[in-house]
Amino acid sequence: MPGTLPTIGNTQFKLLEKLCNACAVSGDEGEVRKMVLEEVKPYADEVKVDALGNVLVTKLGSGKNRPRVMLDAHMDEVGFILVSDDGDGLYGFQTVGGIDPRHLPGKPVLVGKEHLPGVIGMKPIHLANEDELKRKPSIDSLRIDLGPKGKAKPGDWASFATKFKHVGPSIMAKAIDDRIGVATLIELVKNAPANIDLLAAFTVQEEIGLRGAKVAAYAFEPDIAIAIDSTPAHDMPSHDGSESPFYNTKLGLGPAIYVYNFATIDDPRLVRFLKETAEAENIPYQIRQPGGGGTDAGAIQRTRAGVPVVSVSVPHRYTHSPISISRVDDWKNTLKLLHLALERITPNLFTGN
Amino acid sequence: MPNILPFLKSLLSVPGLSGYETPVARLIEAEWRPLVDELSLSRLGSVHGFKLGSGTDPRPSVMLAAHMDAIGLMVSRVQDGFLRIVAVGGVDPRILPGQAVVVYATGGDDQIALPGVVLMPHTRLLPQGEGDGVVDMEHLFVDVGLLPSKVANLVRIGDLVSFGTEAVEMSGETVSGHSIDNRASVAALTFCLQELGSRSHTWDLWAAATVQEEINLIGAATSAFQLRPDLAIAIDTTFGKAPGVNDWQTFPLGNGPTLGHGPNIHPYLFKRFKELAERLEIPYATEIMPKSSGTDGMAMQVTAEGIPNFVMSIPIRYMHTPVEMAALKDIQRAGRLLAEFVASLEADFLNAISWED
Amino acid sequence: MKQLIQNLTETFSPSGYEDAIRDLILAEIKPLADETRVDTLGNIIARKGEKTSNGQRVMVAAHMDEIGLIATHIDEAGFVRFTTIGIPFPRYLLGGRVRFASGVQGVIGSEKPDKKNEIPPVDGLFIDVGALNKKDCPVNVGDVAAFDRPFVEMGTRLVAKSLDNRAGVAVAIETMRRLGGGPNEVYFVFTVQEEVGVRGATVSAYGLDPQVGLAIDVTPAGDTPNSIRRDIALGKGPAIKIKDSQMLADPKVVAWMERAAEKAQISIQREVLTSGSTDARAIQLTRSGVPTGGLVLPCRYVHSPSEMMDYGDVENAVELLTAMLNGPIDLG
Repeated sequence: MPGTLPTIGNTQFKLLEKLCNACAVSGDEGEVRKMVLEEVKPYADEVKVDALGNVLVTKLGSGKNRPRVMLDAHMDEVGFILVSDDGDGLYGFQTVGGIDPRHLPGKPVLVGKEHLPGVIGMKPIHLANEDELKRKPSIDSLRIDLGPKGKAKPGDWASFATKFKHVGPSIMAKAIDDRIGVATLIELVKNAPANIDLLAAFTVQEEIGLRGAKVAAYAFEPDIAIAIDSTPAHDMPSHDGSESPFYNTKLGLGPAIYVYNFATIDDPRLVRFLKETAEAENIPYQIRQPGGGGTDAGAIQRTRAGVPVVSVSVPHRYTHSPISISRVDDWKNTLKLLHLALERITPNLFTGN
Repeated sequence: MPNILPFLKSLLSVPGLSGYETPVARLIEAEWRPLVDELSLSRLGSVHGFKLGSGTDPRPSVMLAAHMDAIGLMVSRVQDGFLRIVAVGGVDPRILPGQAVVVYATGGDDQIALPGVVLMPHTRLLPQGEGDGVVDMEHLFVDVGLLPSKVANLVRIGDLVSFGTEAVEMSGETVSGHSIDNRASVAALTFCLQELGSRSHTWDLWAAATVQEEINLIGAATSAFQLRPDLAIAIDTTFGKAPGVNDWQTFPLGNGPTLGHGPNIHPYLFKRFKELAERLEIPYATEIMPKSSGTDGMAMQVTAEGIPNFVMSIPIRYMHTPVEMAALKDIQRAGRLLAEFVASLEADFLNAISWED
Repeated sequence: MKQLIQNLTETFSPSGYEDAIRDLILAEIKPLADETRVDTLGNIIARKGEKTSNGQRVMVAAHMDEIGLIATHIDEAGFVRFTTIGIPFPRYLLGGRVRFASGVQGVIGSEKPDKKNEIPPVDGLFIDVGALNKKDCPVNVGDVAAFDRPFVEMGTRLVAKSLDNRAGVAVAIETMRRLGGGPNEVYFVFTVQEEVGVRGATVSAYGLDPQVGLAIDVTPAGDTPNSIRRDIALGKGPAIKIKDSQMLADPKVVAWMERAAEKAQISIQREVLTSGSTDARAIQLTRSGVPTGGLVLPCRYVHSPSEMMDYGDVENAVELLTAMLNGPIDLG
C-alpha cells in the first residue's frame, strides 16, 4: 500500500524558505519548532514536545508487524549568543556550534526573538596594521552592533541575516544544514507509507553534541533509524588544479549516503539497502567520503540496547557560513530515495526473507 | 539561620578524590541523616537523600545534585623512594611545585596518611629545554621524607595523593582551601535541607551528592537514571572575579549565586528562579553558558527521555587550585534559594513548563 | 589456546565489519555457553551459569573488533586514499600491508618519499593495490581494510596483528571452557566497535544491566628501550586496572581482583594509564551505574601490525579470571 510519492513544488519551496529564514540557534529552537508543529499536527497520530524541546511525531501505519522506523532531522543551526553589554548598542558574543571566525567580519545578523538587525563590523582596512590584516580574527575582539540605542541583552541568541534565494538549479540560504532535512522530514510525515510506524524526531542541539537525538531515540525505542541531514561539498578546484582527494560530497550527484564518520559506523545492511533502493529506482546517489563529523545517528545508535542506523544528506557548499548553496535536484532525489526506501522496509529487512 | 561553616570546614578537611569519595560521603551521610526521610547510596557511591513531599500520590520529584568528588593526584610509579604522579581530574601542573600533599599509602596492613611535598627537580636533571618553562607533570615527584625501603613497602601504584592545604577563614566571611569546588555546593545543598526542615513542600525531593563529576559526570548520569526525577538541578561552582580574571565568564564573590542560561537549561526554570530571587531580594547574577554548562547538569538533562534541567553556581576564586576561595554568604543564599524553589513547586508545575511560547 | 589466538588474530574484522570474527567466535563458544545470541549492533552475548542466591549477574566484555582503514577516494591513477577506523598510527602504517574484505591486498605508500625522516600524516598516505588506473582498481569508496600479517611465536612471546584484543577474546573463551558450577550468571560479551568509542559495550551493557562489570583488554608495556615511563612489563603477570584516561576502576572491584590473585598465587601488576581506555568505562556508566574494573594484558607495540605479548601473562589471566568468577563475588 504505497503512499503518494511526495514532490517538491511551490509549497515546499515556500516552506523551506520560511524554515531557512527562521532563527533557531542550538538551545533556542522555538521559531522552527512552531513551524514544524503547525505543519505536522494535521497529519500525525501523536505529537509531543519533550523536556529538551524536541518535536516527536508518531504517524502509525496499518497492518501487522510494522517496523518502528525513526527519522531524524535537527531543527537547530549554528549561530551566536550575546554574553556582554558594552553599551552604545555593542554586544560581546560567543559562537554556538562550529563557526570559523573568518566567516564573521562584515556580516549582518538578526538578534533575539524580534529579529533586531545587527552587524558584525571590522576595523577599516586603512587603519589596520599589517599583523591585523593577516591574523584570524578572534571572537573576543568582535562585537555585534545594533546601533547606538540597541535594545538587546546578554543571553539573547543571534543568527546570520541571510535571506533565502532560489537561483536557477540552486538554493542559496543560511541554515540549509539542516532545514532542508526538516523540510524533507515534514514531507515524509505528510506522505508516510503505511507499512511502517514512522517516528519523526525534529531534534534540538545537534550542533552542540547530538543532545536532542539522544533523548528522542530513548523515548521512541525504534527498530531502525535514519538521520536526514545536510553535509558539506568541497567540490571546488584545489589551489594548483590537481585532482583533489578531499571533497566529502559533490553537488548534483544526488543524496549522500553515509558509510563511516567519527561519530558512527553506519549499519552496512542499511547502507546496502539504500544503495539497492536507489539503483532499483534509478535515483542518483553518492557515497559520502568516509571520515569527518557525525550526525544525530551517532547518538541514536548508542541508545538503550542499540539501534541500527544510517544517515542520508543533501549536500551543501560553504558549511556553517552565512550563505550555503544546494542543488534542488539533490533535494528532490533525497526525498524520493527516502520515501521509496521507507516503502520497501519489511519486518524481515535484515534477514532478507 | 543555620551556621554552615563548621560542616563546610569538615568537608574541606577530607580527601574524597574522584572514584574514592567514601571519606566525604561518610560526613555527608552523618549530616543529612536527621534532615531527610531516607538515605541510601547508589551503586557507584553517590549519596541519595530522600525527603517526602506533602502532595497527593503520585507526586512529582525534583533532584538537586552537587558533586562531592575532588581533584587530586595518583601515584603512577615508585622510584628510589620518590613517587611519580598523574592527575585525577583537571589538575594544573603550574600549582604543583612546592605543594604540600598527603599520600594515602595502602601497602601496609592499614591505609596511612603520609605528609609529602611535590618537588620540581633541578633544571640539570630535566631534559634539555624542559627546565625553563612550566615543568610537565611527568617530571615531578612527591617526596614523603621516608627512606626508600620504607616507601617501597608502604606506597603502591594507584595510591591517592590529595592536597594538604587546610581550610582557613579569611576576611570578609570567606573560606579558602582545596576542593571548595564542589564542597561549597554540598554545603549549600545541606543548608537547603536544613531550611526545608521547618517547611512543607508538595514535591518529593532527592538530594544527591554525586561521585566522579570531574571524570565524566558519571555520578550524575547514573543517579539521574536511577532516580528519574521530573526536574533536575545541578549546583556547582563558577569563576569568581580575581586579578586578571574579569570578563563575562566571571562573577564577584559575595554578590550571590549565578543562575545559568543557555542550551543546558530549561528557559522556564531560569525564568522561575530569576523571579523567585527577585521577589525574595536574594542577589544573583545571570551566567551565560553558550554551549554547555560543564556541570552535572549536562548529563542529567539528556538522561533517558530527557529531564528539564537548571544549573545554579557559586562563584569561587582560583578554581582547581588548593587555595580556592568562596564567600559564605553566597553559599547560604544558594541554599536558601534552592529551598524556596522546592517549597514553591506547585502540584501542577509540570504543566506550566511547556515549550509552547 | 595458542592455536585459538592464531586463528583469531589472522581473521579480518575492523570495527563495524566484524562478521568474520563473529562467526569464528560463535563456532568456538556455542558448545561452551548455556545460551548465545547476537544483538542489534552485532555483539555476541553468551551466558554461562545460573545466578544462585549468593551469586551476581556479571558482564565480562572482550572486544572483538580491530583497528583498520576505509577507502575515501580512488584517484585517476588507481591509488586508494583512506581514513582510519580507530587509531592506527601513521608510523606503523608506512610500508605495511593491508587486506580488504574482498581479499584484495595492498601496500601503503606515502607522498614525498624524499622526506625520509618525516612521518607523513594519514592524509599523505595511500594504498597501492597494483591497479593500473582508476578503472582497473578493485576497491570502492567505503571499502574497509585491516593489517595483513601472520601470527608468529618468538620464545615465550606471541607476535601478531590485533592481539589487541583477540588475546582478550581468547582469555574469555578459555575461561568459559574452565568455568563451571559457580554461583554467578556470567555474560561473556564479545563486543563490536570498541576501537571507535566503546559503542558495542555501551549498548550491550544497557541490555544486560549487570551487577558487576569487567573488561578484558590490553595495556601498553613500558619495558622497551627509552619507552614511556610505565611500570608495566611483559611476563610479570596480567594487570589490574586502577585508572586510565577515561575512568577510575571501582575500588571494590579492584579489591576483589587482588584478593582472588593473592589466593590463587598469581602475580599481577597495577595499571595507571594516562592515555587510552576500554569497554569498562562504558559498562560503568550504564543505567544506574555498574561497579566495573579491567583485567588488562601487557602488550608491546599496541596498534602496530606486530603487537607482542607474553604467553604466560595470557595463561595467568585465564587462571585469574576463572578464580574470580568461580566463587561468590564479595564487593563489600
